[in-house]
Amino acid sequence: MSDTVLERRTATGEIVVEARELTRYYEVGGGLFGGKGVVKALDGVSFSLEAGKTLAVVGESGCGKSTLARLVTMIEPPSAGELLIDGIPVTQSTPELRRKMQIVFQNPYGSLNPRQKIGAILEEPLVINTQDDAQTRRRKASEMMERVGLRAEHYERYPHMFSGGQRQRIAIARALMLNPKILILDEPVSALDVSIQAQVLNILMDLQAELGLAYLFISHDLSVVRHLADDIMVMYLGKPVETGPSEEVFNTPRHPYTAALLSATPVADPFHEKHRIRLEGELPSPLDPPKGCAFNPRCWRADDTCRAEQPPLFDLGLQCHACFHPLPLPEPGT
Amino acid sequence: MALLEIENLTVAFATSVGPFKAVDNVSLTCDRGEILSIVGESGSGKSVAMLALMGLLPWTATVTADTLRFDGKDMLTMSAQQKRTIIGKDIAMIFQEPMSSLNPCFTVGFQIGESLRIHMGMNRAQRRERSIELLNLVGIPAPEKRLSLFPHQLSGGMSQRVMIAMALACDPKLLIADEPTTALDVTIQAQILDLLVDLQKRHGMGLILITHDMGVVAETAERVQVQYAGQKVEEQHVRELFRDPHHPYTQALLSALPERATRRGRLPSIPGVVPGQYDRPSGCLFAPRCRYATERCDRETERQGAEFGFALCNYPLKDGDPTGYPEKAEAGQ
Repeated sequence: MSDTVLERRTATGEIVVEARELTRYYEVGGGLFGGKGVVKALDGVSFSLEAGKTLAVVGESGCGKSTLARLVTMIEPPSAGELLIDGIPVTQSTPELRRKMQIVFQNPYGSLNPRQKIGAILEEPLVINTQDDAQTRRRKASEMMERVGLRAEHYERYPHMFSGGQRQRIAIARALMLNPKILILDEPVSALDVSIQAQVLNILMDLQAELGLAYLFISHDLSVVRHLADDIMVMYLGKPVETGPSEEVFNTPRHPYTAALLSATPVADPFHEKHRIRLEGELPSPLDPPKGCAFNPRCWRADDTCRAEQPPLFDLGLQCHACFHPLPLPEPGT
Repeated sequence: MALLEIENLTVAFATSVGPFKAVDNVSLTCDRGEILSIVGESGSGKSVAMLALMGLLPWTATVTADTLRFDGKDMLTMSAQQKRTIIGKDIAMIFQEPMSSLNPCFTVGFQIGESLRIHMGMNRAQRRERSIELLNLVGIPAPEKRLSLFPHQLSGGMSQRVMIAMALACDPKLLIADEPTTALDVTIQAQILDLLVDLQKRHGMGLILITHDMGVVAETAERVQVQYAGQKVEEQHVRELFRDPHHPYTQALLSALPERATRRGRLPSIPGVVPGQYDRPSGCLFAPRCRYATERCDRETERQGAEFGFALCNYPLKDGDPTGYPEKAEAGQ
């Protein structure tokens, strides 16, 4: 562990995940038609996450947010870059590391085994990773069910007997069985209705306050992100384009893409005045990304520099952005 | 007379344990040049009502209605053949999943041309010309080249544009959009919504927008109908609905939105779940989850008048407080 990490630990709480220039390339093609290509699904992502905090990763489909989740949970190894979990550099997925890091998937209809009872689903992590006997496992499972708002009689039931919201609670309970420090939430509420979504978000906030969990919250729903994130990382085509504390990024977006994303999100208030930034076109193919800044074909501020050079992530203290022509900060006092 | 008039539409599905009412006495009207939004959570019957109108339900469904009139024509007594001349021509529908709504085996040009051939009797050259015009209309660049593409060669946003082009092919009077942007990214969603509203204005169509997203409702709709468990619980103008919801469900739904809550505070959630086939209450369907429910609500529920947005509630809310609420009245004395 380097000295800088140690310093920051003492300054601002315990850092549980640190990623440095995480990169993941996929080789595609090479079949009968066409040549090989490389998809840069994730291209140099760095962040650190403190215990008890929430880092939200937002972006549209194809921006690499799910690839990031797969790398951080050690489902896949990175092509390059370094990942530290709880200060330990990850070289391969070991039981010790897996116990610290758990994931909740988007679709609770797909992530639970339909042939297992809830009790078996919750106890499986304990069977694999601990030496607990049957009695202890059952006790732990019951405690966890109570914690996420499931009743004791649900222990003997199958997943199909539950609604979407309850299933997502089961998925959260399963992820917490090993007392992890970090929870990766990959779009945990986007498959749920608004009223159920509120229930699940409340549980997540309660659990974080109680257990001091660090959340890596992956979502495309900006109103949910704004509600519970401490920090935000906006991604576009495998690269972070803007990072910073949630309020700053929402109030004064510097990168044009962040601004466009915010303005495109529908606001549930018919009296709200729209200043919509119309983005032309769609996400470019990751197989053939544009030269220079990946956002330049859709950006209204782009010039020749943007088309020639890739902007680095400009570090401006708390809020960083990767843009040569960032949006101006509002005048003080306005 | 409104373009579409539906009165007391009921759709029941035959299941192994008896009929299940997916849509329960829903009435709605939509006029030319109007955007009506139907909003509700999953299982509220918002899609099924429109599928019933289009005749797209399986044989297990029984559709009954007092009135089902489109453009002055009674669709209840109409023969299947007559119906086919209206559906797909004067009433068109676009669906949630653009990727799976297009047939993967045929080119985009063929699929757009199909309805032009059947409904308009156009020949090949006319069809090609009209298809190019339509693709231009929905903002697809280089339409001549796109006609020969297959659906898998298109992105989600492009597929939805093709779907919209297909729906507009015969200049429909009414367009039904069933969650048209749910499967799309926000920046693409904004493009598609702008396009739909723009086309609706230009062609003077009626547009029925089915959605679960309150944000989409607030930004696009004019009149909003809220549905819960197959029933219409409230109908208001969009601004009024957000300012002063009359039904407790609408109120609860709006306050459950993260953006209307204080940051990092607890979200006021609605306890319980939408009633299913087996636990359907006999009185008000929302009573088990409602904070204002009384013993009367378990027995019956009353449809209010226009001043309370036709709320299906015994104690409709006015500025956040229930009117005629028993305990409240006593406390005031």
